[in-house]
Amino acid sequence: MATDQTILGAIGGITEPSSEVVVEATDVEKWFGRLHVLKGISMTVRRREVVVIIGPSGSGKTTFIRCINHLEKIQAGRIYVNGHLIGYREGNGKLVEDREKNIARQRQEIGMVFQRFNLFNHMTALDNIIEAPIRVRGVPKDEAAKTGRALLARVGLAAKEDSYPAQLSGGQQQRVAIARALAMKPALMLFDEPTSALDPEMIGEVLEVMKELALEGMTMIVVSHEMGFAREVGDRMVMMDDGQIVEEGTPEHFFSAPEHERTKAFLSKIL
Amino acid sequence: MRPVSTPAQRSGGRPGRVLAAAILIAVVVAGCQPSTYQYRWDFFFDSIFRPDSLIIRGIGLTVFIAVIAQTIGVVLGIFAALGKMAKSRVFRVPAGLYVWFFRGTPLLVQISLIYYGLGVTGIYRWPDFEPLGPFGKGAVQAGILALGVNEGAYMSEIVRAGILSIDPGQMEAAKSLGMTFGQAMRRIILPQAARVIVPPLGNEFNNMLKTTSLLVVISVPELYVTFSYKNASGSTVFHPFELFLAAAVWYLLLTTIWGLIQARIERRLGRGVGGDTGPGLGERFFGLRSAKPDELPTISGGR
Repeated sequence: MATDQTILGAIGGITEPSSEVVVEATDVEKWFGRLHVLKGISMTVRRREVVVIIGPSGSGKTTFIRCINHLEKIQAGRIYVNGHLIGYREGNGKLVEDREKNIARQRQEIGMVFQRFNLFNHMTALDNIIEAPIRVRGVPKDEAAKTGRALLARVGLAAKEDSYPAQLSGGQQQRVAIARALAMKPALMLFDEPTSALDPEMIGEVLEVMKELALEGMTMIVVSHEMGFAREVGDRMVMMDDGQIVEEGTPEHFFSAPEHERTKAFLSKIL
Repeated sequence: MRPVSTPAQRSGGRPGRVLAAAILIAVVVAGCQPSTYQYRWDFFFDSIFRPDSLIIRGIGLTVFIAVIAQTIGVVLGIFAALGKMAKSRVFRVPAGLYVWFFRGTPLLVQISLIYYGLGVTGIYRWPDFEPLGPFGKGAVQAGILALGVNEGAYMSEIVRAGILSIDPGQMEAAKSLGMTFGQAMRRIILPQAARVIVPPLGNEFNNMLKTTSLLVVISVPELYVTFSYKNASGSTVFHPFELFLAAAVWYLLLTTIWGLIQARIERRLGRGVGGDTGPGLGERFFGLRSAKPDELPTISGGR
């Protein structure tokens, strides 16, 4: 199914992970100083699954997905991606932070898209995409550029390869950012509120790319309040509040019969 | 109605007039003083249009020392900045001590300490490096080291400010793609910080070109020492006005050429930022403003 007509076809299909379970998080605890932001989060994400995390601001949803690629340290619990313990080594039952090189290697498998795009401002769109494949994966430059151009074409920006981020609209920047993350051929994509910094008329073009990715079978964890997206391509929704998962289920369940009072109240505000 | 211009714009708009007035005042003041001083303007013009080998060597040494010392300063500055920002005390403390000492003591003391102090005690006797001739003298080496190490302490603050000016999201994006801290610094952070660092760095190098004259205390025959020597001996003895005016012209020429080079560098670093960056030549040297005062370079996508 990986043809040139698909986004994942542009990078030669999905890297097959070693197991069916891509993310296995158990009892993750996180403090910012004295603030307890994650109070025992457990979550399993299987291959090709699309999980949408919702919840009020400050509920810890962004912090949680940042823990999955170790942009945040955790104080207790375990996070495994593709069977590898993320960020730490286990010694005598205690967690010791892993060496920088190992952490960097683990992150290669995990693509991340940020709320504020974070494109490299001094590089063109194409250079943004091929930088990591060349420097980190050691892909030859012409090969990386070929893949990069294919990816740009699939996100509808073939004409913009020489544009700098400052010359692109927010929606275009975010699409380049998605292509940049995909160029590393990740087994998992994390989206941290990818449309909340965008003007309304640009949200659609970014969601369109994300929907295509989801339908092509990418494993995704998406922090977003885009309910249309969740309903169309989400396999599972997770409601977080005050550092805990309060409810979990299919989108149908959430839209028809949410159980938890907190979920009902929250959904009534955003729907 | 004609727009009213500010005094700054009026005077700035006619640099020739300001210069003429300054020269006039200088001539009048000179003419009023009863003096037996015999001007030898040929010393002045010869020093500029027919410089002898001593002057050429002096210019060469000044540029040579300034370039190498500034390079050392930039490299040390980057390491000291990273050291000061490191999480581990192993890096933070030495970097802090280094900056504290070299910013807290006079450069003249540092130069004397490094050349005489190390030399006399035998810790390092500063042997000449023969293949480079006058450029390889022990005192020149010591001077370069002293200026470079001193400069590094100042550059570290400039580099640190440059790195801190970059949105932390850039580092996070680089890390999320599997880059190590070092790769992210080299490829993502420092190239962007360079835009912030280069204008003050240009200032530092301009200063460095002039600060080389402090090497007079260890008798390095750079530009200032050369004219000082001409004023003290030989056929040109005791014509300080003409001689030091000529020295000033040479320094001015060096800093002006550097200003042009710096403008080019800043234009190149402006890529990807949108719009033309940096002041024009008129603005750079004489404070002349072009007609677009509200067009400031901005970066979008950052915080």
